[in-house]
Amino acid sequence: MGLEEKLPSGFILSTVEQVAGWARKNSVWPATFGLACCAIELMAAGGPKHDLARFGMERASASPRQADLMIVAGRVSQKMAPILRQIYDQMAEPKWVIAMGVCASSGGMFNNYAIVQGVDHVVPVDIYLPGCPPRPEMLLDAIVKLHDKIQNTKFGVHRERQIEELERRALNPLPLVDDRGAVR
Amino acid sequence: MSEEQNKPQENLPAVNPIELPIARKGMFGVKGTGDTSGYGGLVVRRPPKLSSPRPYGGPDRTGEPGEFDVIADELERALGDGFHDAVERVVVDRGELTFHVKRERLVEVMRHLRDDPALRFELSLGVSGVHYPHETGAELHAVYHLCSITHNRRLRIEVSCPDADPHIPSTVSVYPTHDWHERETYDFFGIIFDGHPALTRIEMPDDWEGHPQRKDYPLGGIPVEYRGASTPAPDQRRSYS
Amino acid sequence: MTALHDETTEGKVYTVNGQDWDELVKQISESSDRHLVVNMGPQHPSTHGVLRLVLTLDGETVVEARPVIGYLHTGIEKNMEYRTWTQGVTFVTRMDYLSPIFNETAYCLAVEKLLGITDRIPERAQVLRVLMMELNRISSHMVAIATFGMELGATSVMIYGFREREMVLDLFEYITGLRMNMAYVRPGGVSMDLPAGAVDKIGEFLKIMPKRVKDMRKVLDENPVYLRRTRDIAYLDLTGCMALGVTGPMLRAAGLPWDLRKAQPYCGYETYDFEVPTETGCDVYSRYLVRMAEVEESLKIIQQALDRLTGPELKGKPVMIEDKKIGWPSKLALGPDGLGNSPDHIAHIMGTSMEALIHHFKLVTEGFRVPAGQAYAAVESPRGELGAHVVSDGGTRPYRVHFRDPSFTNLQAIPATVEGGMVADVISAIASIDPVMGGVDR
Repeated sequence: MGLEEKLPSGFILSTVEQVAGWARKNSVWPATFGLACCAIELMAAGGPKHDLARFGMERASASPRQADLMIVAGRVSQKMAPILRQIYDQMAEPKWVIAMGVCASSGGMFNNYAIVQGVDHVVPVDIYLPGCPPRPEMLLDAIVKLHDKIQNTKFGVHRERQIEELERRALNPLPLVDDRGAVR
Repeated sequence: MSEEQNKPQENLPAVNPIELPIARKGMFGVKGTGDTSGYGGLVVRRPPKLSSPRPYGGPDRTGEPGEFDVIADELERALGDGFHDAVERVVVDRGELTFHVKRERLVEVMRHLRDDPALRFELSLGVSGVHYPHETGAELHAVYHLCSITHNRRLRIEVSCPDADPHIPSTVSVYPTHDWHERETYDFFGIIFDGHPALTRIEMPDDWEGHPQRKDYPLGGIPVEYRGASTPAPDQRRSYS
Repeated sequence: MTALHDETTEGKVYTVNGQDWDELVKQISESSDRHLVVNMGPQHPSTHGVLRLVLTLDGETVVEARPVIGYLHTGIEKNMEYRTWTQGVTFVTRMDYLSPIFNETAYCLAVEKLLGITDRIPERAQVLRVLMMELNRISSHMVAIATFGMELGATSVMIYGFREREMVLDLFEYITGLRMNMAYVRPGGVSMDLPAGAVDKIGEFLKIMPKRVKDMRKVLDENPVYLRRTRDIAYLDLTGCMALGVTGPMLRAAGLPWDLRKAQPYCGYETYDFEVPTETGCDVYSRYLVRMAEVEESLKIIQQALDRLTGPELKGKPVMIEDKKIGWPSKLALGPDGLGNSPDHIAHIMGTSMEALIHHFKLVTEGFRVPAGQAYAAVESPRGELGAHVVSDGGTRPYRVHFRDPSFTNLQAIPATVEGGMVADVISAIASIDPVMGGVDR
């Protein structure tokens, strides 16, 4: 991305990671990508009772250029998928995606010709949020989890090392009982 | 329906119920082996397509002349001798009146239904397509629901066309609201409404192949395509070993 | 990046891809095209959902508007053909997601008509349906007005609307267990009775809500900015409404008191005392007034329904049809892991009666059969006449279900209402139609 990618591994890089992560996670600007039922719950989450402003997220960005989080709220149809991808491509790096609701995550109950069976066919997804539709509280939980992920994003050589580690684990899968998870 | 089936029909040739097409075999919808219930021999046959006899009654009464007779009489008066040619069957079922109209006469019938002061079905509630693959020669049906605000009545018009020649005249000239409804029916069933101002797909993408709500179209299993790349449908992709 | 353009049969097509706008403006000003075609949506903050509008502009005047839909097509109608009649409820509830109870009721009324059990639905179930429908009407109208405010830039209206809606949703959650998509109305009745304490909660709601509605009216009714944006905008008179099949608040704002609750009553609406509000302005403001008045009327109906539910005649009466085949699931109980079959029922089928177990198994896995035929049932949803055309071939699954959704039909009125007006008024025109794309595309 920038200069931070070129820093040597060590104290400075991990400090930069922490500072950048802290700054990023506290000012996530979601792109408005409401599609169906979940969009109403997304709006309700922005409403007075659940108040997304607590997380610095009240500015729902109408322009994808000024957004870094795409909350895919609802079922993605075959007709909508190219548009969704275009919006995603227009967003500036770094960017994250929450697949809100079971339809966006896996197609849900609509296992038919019209719906893309999971938005991960079209864009990479960071958080899968179940529910039909998820309550605003569940969305808040997903956002908090995403914040955690953003906070702990690695840069430069650390990132490379992380990718290597993930790759290694994926190639040598442990029996399920011994698996302690890749990220933790 | 079942009542009609049992009643002898004077205006129709005698139908031997045994020769009617089979709707279903077995009690619980089993196919092939696996039915241990002992009901595998059950055969249910499709009811014959019958016209309801006069009097038609009304939404909440049967057996005596009512609102439906008034509608039929008025339409007969408006169409003159052409009534029996245009209206193939009249069905009264579950408090609803249905005219099965020949597709060639559809626009004329609709115009009378809308404009005749005694009929005045001003409000159309759109077109609904139904696909009956087993009805040879009349596989595709377009169903129109009309409502008269003046007289507070409802009416259903049903038109059919064969799969080999899926053409029905457009009724947009009579009811402008049919514009999108006919496009939707075309999109889902492939019925071509002749004379529609712009009969294009409305719900599916423009380059979609097939008409997805027909009975011969599968429910799912559509690969996702994006910029040349194609992800196969879930049933061909994942393995649950 | 430079502003690219392609020569097409319709003229020059510019692809705006985040470059310098000055360049684009320069290129367009050099061109001799009089009209500019702008694509609004399907992802646009001011369109209700994923609606796309292709606007041909002459300066700021809309010459031609072409709505494009289908971006939320879900194939629900086809999906239902692969599920049982009872499961169909869970699908229809997701069509028009702002008025789930209405979808369910329209579908159930049609199925009941096919089954021929319309007269055997318990009275208490009918009253509960009315109660839930009117609560739903309030929440739907509140979202309509909230999003309308948001799209015009009045964020506080949105905050108010969603606050009020949240109160209704809390009630829904308390009664059905879900905030949205609750599948509460089932063929034969409703899934469960009011839980303990629900009557008090609704009573509280009825105490707070009239004041909240009054507050909202105080903000909007005579607000000069609001009036400027809504008066004489998106004019559609009675003739236009009839020709385009427009129903609901839009039709009533054109002066015709056509409301299915009065004209062709269902669920016992003829026994409730309420008015059908109408206006004669034919514009956005009249539609807003009609919606607000409808909310007030709904509150009246809820009060009456509540009185009946607590009255001696209906207290403790069944909410599901007696017929066990159709009435499944009728023996539900709230356990530690949520709602499910009651322990008594499980003990009965697992321990004492093999016949009951077989019946339970068949009813759960296959569902009930519906005699062949077709039926059409319509209810007055917050957006207009919501009709369900249901066809059965005598099997355990619907042969075809088609919904006549008012949003779909009303959306056809967009070209008629916005052409010739300003581009800014397109937003209020769409908002006044209040289309829900889930219902439009299904």
